[in-house]
Amino acid sequence: MNKPTTTARGVYTIPEERRIGGKAHLALVTRRNAAERRFRAYGIAALGLSLLFLVTLFVTIIGNGASAFRQTYVKLDVNFAADVLDPDGKRDPATLGSANYLTLVRNTLRSQLPDTEGRAALREAQGLISSAANYQLREMVLADPLLVGQTRPVWVLASALVDATLKGGIDRNLPESDRKISDRQLGWLDKLAAEGRIERRFNSVLFTAGDSREPEQAGIWGAVMGSFYTMVVTLALSFPIGVAAAIYLEEFAPRNRWTDLIEVNINNLAAVPSIVYGLLGLAVFINWFGLPRSAPLVGGLVLTLMTLPVIIIASRAALTSVPPSIREAALGMGASKMQTVTHHVLPLALPGMLTGAIIGMSRALGETAPLLMIGMVAFIVDVPTGFTSHATVLPVQIYLWADSPERAFVERTSAAILVLLGFMVAMNALAVILRKRFERRW
Amino acid sequence: MTPTPAFILTVLLGLSALAYHVGRRRALAVVSGKVRDLHSLPSYYGAHAALWCALPALAVFLLWNIFEGTLITHVVLGGLPDAYQQKSPAELNLVINDIRNTVRGIVAGTPDPVITAAAERYRQWQSLGSFALVAVVAGLGGAGIGYAWRQIVPQFRARNRVERAMSAFLVTCSTVAIFTTIGIVLSVAFESMLFFTKVPVTDFLFGLDWSPQTAIRADQTGASGSFGMIPLFVGTLLVSLIAMIVAVPLGLLSALYLAEYAPPAVRTYGKPLLEVLAGIPTVVYGFFAALTVAPLIRSAGTALGLEVASESALAAGAVMGIMIIPFVSSLSDDVINAVPQAMRDGSYALGATKSETIKQVILPAALPGIVGSVLLAVSRAIGETMIVVMAAGLSANLTLNPLDSVTTVTVQIVTLLVGDQEFDSPKTLAAFALGLVLFTVTLALNIIALRVVRKYREQYE
Repeated sequence: MNKPTTTARGVYTIPEERRIGGKAHLALVTRRNAAERRFRAYGIAALGLSLLFLVTLFVTIIGNGASAFRQTYVKLDVNFAADVLDPDGKRDPATLGSANYLTLVRNTLRSQLPDTEGRAALREAQGLISSAANYQLREMVLADPLLVGQTRPVWVLASALVDATLKGGIDRNLPESDRKISDRQLGWLDKLAAEGRIERRFNSVLFTAGDSREPEQAGIWGAVMGSFYTMVVTLALSFPIGVAAAIYLEEFAPRNRWTDLIEVNINNLAAVPSIVYGLLGLAVFINWFGLPRSAPLVGGLVLTLMTLPVIIIASRAALTSVPPSIREAALGMGASKMQTVTHHVLPLALPGMLTGAIIGMSRALGETAPLLMIGMVAFIVDVPTGFTSHATVLPVQIYLWADSPERAFVERTSAAILVLLGFMVAMNALAVILRKRFERRW
Repeated sequence: MTPTPAFILTVLLGLSALAYHVGRRRALAVVSGKVRDLHSLPSYYGAHAALWCALPALAVFLLWNIFEGTLITHVVLGGLPDAYQQKSPAELNLVINDIRNTVRGIVAGTPDPVITAAAERYRQWQSLGSFALVAVVAGLGGAGIGYAWRQIVPQFRARNRVERAMSAFLVTCSTVAIFTTIGIVLSVAFESMLFFTKVPVTDFLFGLDWSPQTAIRADQTGASGSFGMIPLFVGTLLVSLIAMIVAVPLGLLSALYLAEYAPPAVRTYGKPLLEVLAGIPTVVYGFFAALTVAPLIRSAGTALGLEVASESALAAGAVMGIMIIPFVSSLSDDVINAVPQAMRDGSYALGATKSETIKQVILPAALPGIVGSVLLAVSRAIGETMIVVMAAGLSANLTLNPLDSVTTVTVQIVTLLVGDQEFDSPKTLAAFALGLVLFTVTLALNIIALRVVRKYREQYE
């Protein structure tokens, strides 16, 4: 029925339903349009799903980490008893420094809280406040020896357990055997809360302390400083070397096998897995050169080698975007090749190079794997003070905390991630601003 | 008070600044202020002097810093009593470590008087060396200034000299890339060779069993360690495959939508937002996978009556896939945009719809480039470390079940090398052998991918 028919005079006619606007044609058009809409919907769905992942990631991290920026404190009326701190009454700093502040804390808890008789009860009471309280009281007494013999209200850091309970991390309705906090501890907490002795403040410990086994005393400052020293080494080495290499390859190098070899090398190095750089650092810098382990110096060297390709590629792109007329003008005025580059091409390409360098640095800042290889994964309490002191970096700190089972560390890990992402956003924003501000269209 | 390296470098810097000044002044003085009589600008004479002042002194400084430890140790060991001289090299190494620790002020237990004395001598030599170094550096700097000063005459081609030094610097910097590659190959290959003297290559490449625990003492039983990398390789491929199943459709379709359909506003914001996914540190993805995705998959699996390992390959692979989406999408976007507009126009002129044009014209034309970008993404997935370290398991199961726990090459490298290690145990060396495999595989993938992409690009240029 669909066959074209030929009339007697040999005129070719298309059957009615297959003509434009005919039934079959309309069906075909409908089908094709449906396919078109479907395909378009797939595209939107793919993009939407990818962006949904991004949003989920951020929501999860922020949801987990936001609470870490506030920390619970407890007010205790501490009796700085003279018989505990200074039995011989001389107020000698040495005696005051080595006194037993744990006893002081225990006595305070005993007087503050009901039914704390017996070892078990006392230990539970002690579980309410952080072990940092001992050091805090010691610092107070050493700063002002006149405190001895007096009773003062002191805000001390609550333990991670209390903090998690009050932030809703532990379900109060579970049976006692299924939760970490006991009924007795909950009772004490409610009493303290009713007396207005519990307060949540900005968590300054997080931003000033080094790592610690106790979640409430653990901070990221040590890791931030470690990252800072590492980044200083990386920037100081990779930027000049990267720019110099790019200038040579783009402006001076003859096209021959040697420069081809260099280019192939750079392109391949950009795609080598980062962990391989870690192996290189371990074998060459630590094992052959005998540089110290866990040091920002070695971390910076490894990250330098890793970021170099990125910076070289970005710098070359910046150099190519400078129009040849600039070079010709300078050469025409009698400048030497080197003068042309240093006086005219380089200043024009510098914003682009800086943008590339910042992006490379932000990638290096988030890098973890190669630093695990060179021992920057140790538990380090002290804040690093130089390029060769033991240190860890922010992403490695995140990795270490992510491994800890305590609920309180989940919160802190997320907070550390937020800080890391904050740094990266700032760096990328700087790169975008630089590009917008100095970009020239020729 | 021994001079620190920072102090010496500061002195040198000051000296070179002085040299620059002196050289400039001298150049102006030679022609009594008529700059046009000079061959080069006065600043070049200054720079020439500064180079002569700084470079030789810097070379000496670096050499001394590299060889200081070895030299002083040699001298100090020579001064030890005979009883110590006759010790075996291993024992002697312990003694050297003791001495160095004592020098740094780390004393464990009761100090041996001989070692304390040796440490004292070590410290003396060290301080003597530092002072001598200051003298030599300052002397060389001064001599350099003097030499450069004497060379300054109106005809002296200072600019050419300085520029030659600068090009030498540029060339040196550009070879760093080559040295890095050589360094990677040598370090990984050298340690792997050592490993293959202890474990046969065939056992490593084709062994089906991976359990790197070796006996610490000779009398321990049952733990000779087996180093067959097949389970690791299969695990890596499984995780990468899952990642690709997530990333390729999502990345490719997003790229097609952004390139062909999206209104300009969506494109301006959608593309950078998608690329944010690539900028997030992998340790964050690892945390996300371990904390959120793995429990989610596990509870979903349990609800369906499936047994899911808590560290399933699926969780690690899926999150890795999310990370890789932007790699696929931005590379595909480039190749899709490189397809000439004339081909699209031709297709539209024949009456094809947009999706038909995409499926029958653009995709076939862009296919080699897309394949290249997928290969690059695969190499990325194989080398990815933190996500699998945090979300995949440690046990080397030879399985293709995505709900099971598998381990990967990178995870094993990290586990073998984190913590204390000695460079002669097969455990440590195995990590380097795995690194060699990883490097070779990713390098091959990259070379193929880059070649495919380049060939394709040339086709339309």
